[in-house]
Amino acid sequence: MVRINFNRLRFLVIDDNAHMRRIMRSLLHGFGTREVYEAEDGAAGLEAFTQYGPDIIITDWVMPIFDGLELVQMIRQPGANANPYIPIIMLTGHSEKHRVVRARDAGITEFLAKPISATALYERILNLIANPRPFIKTKTYFGPDRRRSANTNYIGPERRKGGKADVIRQQPLLDKVLG
Amino acid sequence: MTARKDNAPSVATFADHEVITPPHPLRQVIAQVPDSDDDPVARAEAALAQLSTEFADWMLAECERLEMARQEVMRQGFTEKTHAELFRAAHDIKGEAATFGYPAVAGAAESLCRLLEHTPEMSRIPLALVEQHVDAVRAIAREHARTDLVAVAGTLTRRLREVTDEFLRDENADRPDYLESIFAPTLAP
Repeated sequence: MVRINFNRLRFLVIDDNAHMRRIMRSLLHGFGTREVYEAEDGAAGLEAFTQYGPDIIITDWVMPIFDGLELVQMIRQPGANANPYIPIIMLTGHSEKHRVVRARDAGITEFLAKPISATALYERILNLIANPRPFIKTKTYFGPDRRRSANTNYIGPERRKGGKADVIRQQPLLDKVLG
Repeated sequence: MTARKDNAPSVATFADHEVITPPHPLRQVIAQVPDSDDDPVARAEAALAQLSTEFADWMLAECERLEMARQEVMRQGFTEKTHAELFRAAHDIKGEAATFGYPAVAGAAESLCRLLEHTPEMSRIPLALVEQHVDAVRAIAREHARTDLVAVAGTLTRRLREVTDEFLRDENADRPDYLESIFAPTLAP
């Protein structure tokens, strides 16, 4: 049986709502995590990211001072901090398509719409650990590869130039562990 | 988690983009273990169930916060600050209501969020419609124990949504692309 050792993971939860932070802490502790850091806005979140060096960030979008999207964009500045590749889950009440696209284009790793469920959170965490994606850097984007699957019906333009411009397939880690 | 000594990502460079494969230290947390009854999701759900004794008070607090935000809007009108606070209060209720055990509240909160977010000029947001939304959220939360709550809340929320959508269509008539985006179905998983 494959398991994630949550007691070896350190999370940073960023949400301006104290109730939501408490819920997230309960869920993560329930999974087995021992270290959960918290921040109540984007600025405090950035400071906590720098200070504690977490393994995974879970951030809300709508927050005062600067919001989750701005936080993601700041973290994803290549060369601006120690770990621009850190996995980031955006957990938000926003679920409209244009919002999901904006979050994706800011460089999040996973998107999770509220209301939160233990199963959905677990699956997102498992996916970003077991199926890491390479990062793509262009003039306008730096973040996880936004192409998750090959669409044989796609008839639009190929925007990447230079060959090998297709879905970059990586063997899932679970296959490596089981195989 | 300890940092690996070799932390250099591999980079493949193409004409207009780079493909960067960073180190993946989190692979170390995946382990092959003997079969057992241990279920982390079940443990997390149990932890949430223990917390649920506080949800009624939390829902009350969020409704009070929404009411305070509404009162500020009535007192000062819509400013950047009063608009933002009312939106955040409604947005949080929308996201939390189901988790707190009040799913019927989320629809009215969402409709209020749409009204606040998608009206181009905040001075044109109808205060009466704002009040109707806030009153609906509070009433649905308060009447939580009613056996016909789903039906009543559904009717109320649908009506609020109809009026709000009609208003938003009028206010955004000169930007059809934006209208299309706000009326598109939700996408989030």
